[in-house]
Amino acid sequence: MSIASTSVIQIIPRTRRGVELLLLVIAVGVSVAAYVNIGVTVQNEVPASTGYYAAGISLLAVIAHLALRFRAPYADPVILPCAVLLNGLGVAMIHRVDLGLTAIGRTKGVPFAPQQITWTAVGVVLFLAVIIVVRDHRRLQAFTYSLGLAGIVLLILPLVPGLGANVNGAPIWIRVAGMSFQPGEFAKVCLVIFFAGYLVVKRDVLTLAGRRFLGLDLPRARDLGPILVAWLVSLGVLVFESDLGSSLLFFGLFLFLLYVSTERAGWLIIGGLLFIGGAYFAYLSFGHVHRRVTDWLDPWAIDGGQVKLGLMGQAWGGILGRGLGQGHPEATLYANSDMIISSMAEELGLTGLIAIILIYTLIIERGLRTALGCRDIFGKLIATGLAMSFALQVFVIVGGVTGLIPLTGLATPFMALGGTSLVANWAIIALLLRISDQARRPQTPAAPVSDETIAMAVQKA
Amino acid sequence: MNSAIRRLAVAAMILMLALMANSTYLQAFRANEINGRNDNNRVRDSQFSVNRGPILIGSTPVAQSKPSNDRFKYQRTYPSGPVYAPVTGFYSYRFGRGGIELTMNSELNGSDPSMAFRRIIDVISNRPQQGGSVTLTLNAAAQQAAYKGLGSKTGAVVAIEPKTGRILAMATTPSYDPNRLASHDSAKVDAAWKSLNEDKDRPLSNRAAQELYPPGSTFKLVTAAAALSSGKYTPETKVNSPAELVLPQTTVPLVNEDGKNCGGSNTATLTIALRYSCNTAYGSVGLALGPDALREQAAKFGFGARPLAELPSVATSQFPGDPNEPQTAQSAIGQFDVRATPLQMAMVAAGIANKGEVMKPYLVQSVKTPDLKTVSETKPESLHQAVTPQVAAQLTAMMVDVVNNGTGKPGQISGVQVAGKTGTAQTAKDRPPFAWFTAFAPADDPKIAVAVLIEKADIARDDIAGGKLAAPIAKSVMEAVLGQ
Repeated sequence: MSIASTSVIQIIPRTRRGVELLLLVIAVGVSVAAYVNIGVTVQNEVPASTGYYAAGISLLAVIAHLALRFRAPYADPVILPCAVLLNGLGVAMIHRVDLGLTAIGRTKGVPFAPQQITWTAVGVVLFLAVIIVVRDHRRLQAFTYSLGLAGIVLLILPLVPGLGANVNGAPIWIRVAGMSFQPGEFAKVCLVIFFAGYLVVKRDVLTLAGRRFLGLDLPRARDLGPILVAWLVSLGVLVFESDLGSSLLFFGLFLFLLYVSTERAGWLIIGGLLFIGGAYFAYLSFGHVHRRVTDWLDPWAIDGGQVKLGLMGQAWGGILGRGLGQGHPEATLYANSDMIISSMAEELGLTGLIAIILIYTLIIERGLRTALGCRDIFGKLIATGLAMSFALQVFVIVGGVTGLIPLTGLATPFMALGGTSLVANWAIIALLLRISDQARRPQTPAAPVSDETIAMAVQKA
Repeated sequence: MNSAIRRLAVAAMILMLALMANSTYLQAFRANEINGRNDNNRVRDSQFSVNRGPILIGSTPVAQSKPSNDRFKYQRTYPSGPVYAPVTGFYSYRFGRGGIELTMNSELNGSDPSMAFRRIIDVISNRPQQGGSVTLTLNAAAQQAAYKGLGSKTGAVVAIEPKTGRILAMATTPSYDPNRLASHDSAKVDAAWKSLNEDKDRPLSNRAAQELYPPGSTFKLVTAAAALSSGKYTPETKVNSPAELVLPQTTVPLVNEDGKNCGGSNTATLTIALRYSCNTAYGSVGLALGPDALREQAAKFGFGARPLAELPSVATSQFPGDPNEPQTAQSAIGQFDVRATPLQMAMVAAGIANKGEVMKPYLVQSVKTPDLKTVSETKPESLHQAVTPQVAAQLTAMMVDVVNNGTGKPGQISGVQVAGKTGTAQTAKDRPPFAWFTAFAPADDPKIAVAVLIEKADIARDDIAGGKLAAPIAKSVMEAVLGQ
């Protein structure tokens, strides 16, 4: 531990904003090239909207970059370009599917790509807001319980009569002023902050070992309360909102943060058992969960099932892909939302898909590196939670689309069509960058920190 | 705390690696299996949109793809559809493929490994995939003559070049127009498919190669070949040929077609028995030789093996497994359970014509890339030496006699010596017999061997005899080739 941790802590402080700008140019360049490529292959011309698209995405990238340069100069230089690239490729593919749907006459009125660009702009505005308003992530600790409450309210909102809306079989949406939102996406951020704040305070108690069993220190029975509550809330999400993915995500996040804050593997065992029990219960009790599992075990049985169509698209893509604009992603249901990874795999091939997964991996590992370097426990836990939320989300949705695990409805971060998810992800990135700025900033002059935090840092170091 | 975060980092990495490993398995190793699934519309759509190569006779396309302005960029067309339909097959979106379109699919759409290099060039230069061309062995004049000769009758014609095994004609009636199935108008295609499948004359069936018929008296060529090859017979050997041959173990006698004895005597030479197609004579020869000798001789002509790999569901001609004595006598004259395709009977004639050597029949002359580089060229291949050249010469002389003096007179061509054999195969009492004629010409230097089968014709039952119905068609097909 000592060698690795010193290497993290003793970074020669450099802002690396120039590197970020270079990476952003590449990210924007690749996105615009993808957009033009699609236009040329499908419509035999450079699309007229190229200027709008290129200017929009460049402008947003530059704004985000400038915000960091002036407000968080030491922030991690890799995360933002990765997010821009994923977002840009996502819009390009949504545009591609728009064209595909038009070609086979299944278009639903307005194209989706411009909407997604608008939502990207909203996301960048929220990114700016977070960077500018949250000058120091530790201030969020004061809102621990408010945010916890907010998280729960956001989770429950779709169940409020007259507000909730059932889209594609899962009542996880609300409809306000004619627009649909997925409040669960923001609940995720609120709950990560709540878990972090709660665990910073309670971790000492939770660390106390209870019984030792099979070489594992199990926690005391009286400390099981929080994990049981988290489990029940997750089950509630599953039961009342049929949202397997979110349920898994919330419970997984809580479990990871509990583990990181206590370093007791016993929590993982207990949590794992609770998860298996809950999943089995769900499999037995809920038709839609059962259906997901049978569809996973034999995707070929269902005629026109989205998993089957997606797998066919991916197989058709093969190793090098059909090429942008040359596959048939529109043949898959939800080709621009749930199944966008399948669309990518079809046209960019295994090669492209692995590149995309590696970009996600970069964000995740950069986030966890931020957690490692962060000097306060609260920040460590938030960064871990946000990074792991990406990891879980990518694993669950990509694994579902590629047939590794049963498909559950989670948005593919930054790529899938859907405003709420996109905006929430921009907020998450902003928060991660805010923490990384603090983690990578030179230690002197040290920012004023509370005595409690210093005491904890000393204790753990 | 950091060690726990590190462990999570490793765990996250493992999750991502699992995704990559799974996708690699799916997209690199399982892709072919999934792409080959019947319900895979994607692959079907894309193959349907490929600029598929033409099927050619010489340099004339009998199937080609023309640009079209709908969702599939190309429309498959068959310029003289029904004439070549049994060979070209069809290429339909909903109902798959048939014929050469099916068996040479990967060459025609350019996905064949033999065209991999060309495909890589296409990918690099961003050209759309283009298919290769398949050139057939068919002779346009012979094919046209065969189809025209069959006319409104139900039947089939196969013509083979004896020296090589090249199939010069393969026609069947009633035929169908593959353009109807290749249309992009799915409602029309559905209707066409339905009516073609419900038609009790089965126009989609290639009678020339996919259906088995009792070969009747044309099988006497095989019996004669077995007799001459045994060494116990010459063309002048006299055999028993009564008007009625009482078979062992049965009370039903074998009779000649006209109910009389053969040529006015109760014994006849093999030549004379063939000239008048005497059932009793060849029945008794078959009895004397035994079923094994007959089966062996038939196998040397190609019975018992699938003769042609270039068309789907080609039928294998059969000689019965273990016939008793009356069944053997029946088999020797092509009745009982002897079953043959017109293709097989053409191979018998071609084998005799080619000094006893049966060549492997083939339909595809060559495959070329879109830029006309030859990918493969079929070389003639020997199948079996069915009879010795001496026996072949004897059989040829006997067949010449059939055409000059016997049942095969309608097959005569002025100025060219034709060798042939008629056949009239009885099946059920209530259906007309099958009329056969198999022949080759010129007898001394054969350029073409042909077999004609008429399954049904709108004429009186009495008129159905191989000589009257089938021989004129064979004659016109041979004339088409010899006149060139």
